[in-house]
Amino acid sequence: MKFETFSYLPQMSDAEIQQQLAYIIHNGWIPGIEYTRTPGPQNAYWTFWKLPFFNAETPAEILTELQECQRNNPDAYIKLTGYDNKRQCQVFSFVVYQPEKVA
Amino acid sequence: MGNQYVSRGKGGKALFDAGVKEYSAAGRYYYDPDYVPKETDVLAAFRITPQEGVPWEEAAAAVAAESSSGTWTTVWSDHLTDQERYAGRTYRIEPIPGQDQQFMAYIAYPLDLFEEGSMPNLMSSIVGNVFGFKAIRALRLEDLRIPAVLLKTFQGPPHGIVVERDLLNKYGRPLLGATMKPKLGLSAKNYGRVVYEALRGGLDFTKDDENITSQPFMRWYDRARFVMEAVHKAEAETGERKGHYLNVTAGDMEEMYRRAEDAKALGSRIIMVDYLTVGFTAFASLAKWCRQNGVLLHAHRAMHAVIDRQKNHGIHWRVLAKWARIVGADHVHNGTIVGKLEGDRISTLAVADLLREDFVPANKERGIFFDQPWVSMAATMPVASGGIHVWHIPELVALFGDDVVLQFGGGTLGHPWGNAPGATANRVALEAVIKARNEGRDLLREGPQILKEAARFSPALQKAMETWKEIKFEFETVDSLDR
Repeated sequence: MKFETFSYLPQMSDAEIQQQLAYIIHNGWIPGIEYTRTPGPQNAYWTFWKLPFFNAETPAEILTELQECQRNNPDAYIKLTGYDNKRQCQVFSFVVYQPEKVA
Repeated sequence: MGNQYVSRGKGGKALFDAGVKEYSAAGRYYYDPDYVPKETDVLAAFRITPQEGVPWEEAAAAVAAESSSGTWTTVWSDHLTDQERYAGRTYRIEPIPGQDQQFMAYIAYPLDLFEEGSMPNLMSSIVGNVFGFKAIRALRLEDLRIPAVLLKTFQGPPHGIVVERDLLNKYGRPLLGATMKPKLGLSAKNYGRVVYEALRGGLDFTKDDENITSQPFMRWYDRARFVMEAVHKAEAETGERKGHYLNVTAGDMEEMYRRAEDAKALGSRIIMVDYLTVGFTAFASLAKWCRQNGVLLHAHRAMHAVIDRQKNHGIHWRVLAKWARIVGADHVHNGTIVGKLEGDRISTLAVADLLREDFVPANKERGIFFDQPWVSMAATMPVASGGIHVWHIPELVALFGDDVVLQFGGGTLGHPWGNAPGATANRVALEAVIKARNEGRDLLREGPQILKEAARFSPALQKAMETWKEIKFEFETVDSLDR
């Protein structure tokens, strides 16, 4: 099973995730977080974690949110999104965490 | 008994001035260097090669006249019209550096010449009559400015880049496709197998070739069914949305509609048309159907080189590309650049702007002769297809950015282990390059290194890199290209 952009690369470290967050913030985009237990081609609107982070200033604060979302939903897939409100569309999507496999 | 056809009126004056006049004669409007083009005019840049001995002004005025309201001799009924209102006007003539047999003429056409929303009418008017004119040895339409008011009467792309990404749920990277090979001869079941293997390995799209329609070795209905079985299976396995561009090009419009409806009924997200060979009327009807039915439209430019390849005669590709967006297409093939010709690079990037941007400023160094506003018309995704493979990916991303479809036909199907590993190799390479780009790495300098790092965890990519030769990149950046 794959999850679009970056799902063909190995799991990224926190430092690498922060670099992608830096790219979103540097471009003036708005990061957001979504999660679901049921990924698949039919499911594009995942559950919002809070709201898009309109006032995000640093990658670290969003990484904290991603980790909190995962702690609260350990069996869910956690997705990082980015919105561009000048082009008025979503421009970024990356499933950052997958649930731990049950041994 | 008088002569009822006497052509003299009061005071012996002729009723109208019969006979042949020069097109560039004063008072005839067709050559008017003082004319200031209006915002509502259609503007054309023509490269004119006149016959020997024909003055430039006369050749340019002839083109303006014969593509608007004039003809070779005056006629009495001219005087029943307001000739000033309809005349095409040559408002500027420029020499071309390095050419003394050719010059550039700029011609303005009044808006009233054209029917709203009709590309065939625009074409018949501007390029329908003048190209065979004896006084002109060769003629090329280099650029065409469509005014905003006229653009608003056309639909444009059925969905456009933003909606396409939302429909496919794919963001932040180029899209990946491959044309199915061999071009002809596979049975429908075998063809579906090729599609399934490529999609399950990681491509977003697979593609019919332009000359696959419905032939004795594989009929439309059979191909559609086996292909869609493959698409649905690959989607279910990978969890990602996939598409195969089913080519609905057909011998008549009714059959095109039947194929489009069939593709939609089978659940296809996208169809394809050879927009130049079906003609702009069929293309427009299909584009409207696609918007109304929520299906993406990929336009193949088959036959474009008949029209755009000779530098002195025909229509430049940039005009054909604009017409694809206007009528419209969600994707259109635009070339890959990664060859050795500097000129192709500049021109192809300029056309990518014409397809994707909302306003493209005039810049003769890039071959853009006029400002072109797009007044919020949806954007068309350029497609880079032909002779590209994994080693090209860093440069392709540096040149085109994210909003492009990269098609690796041979570069997927030629992988020694088959389509699925071939597709995976391309997908891993692309994602590694995008990750590196986002991290701020220099794709032109570090491209090969980025690929080598990714190959460490992808045997399929390692094998692809061994199969195709490593490219050495020059160190110029895209921004500093000079003419």
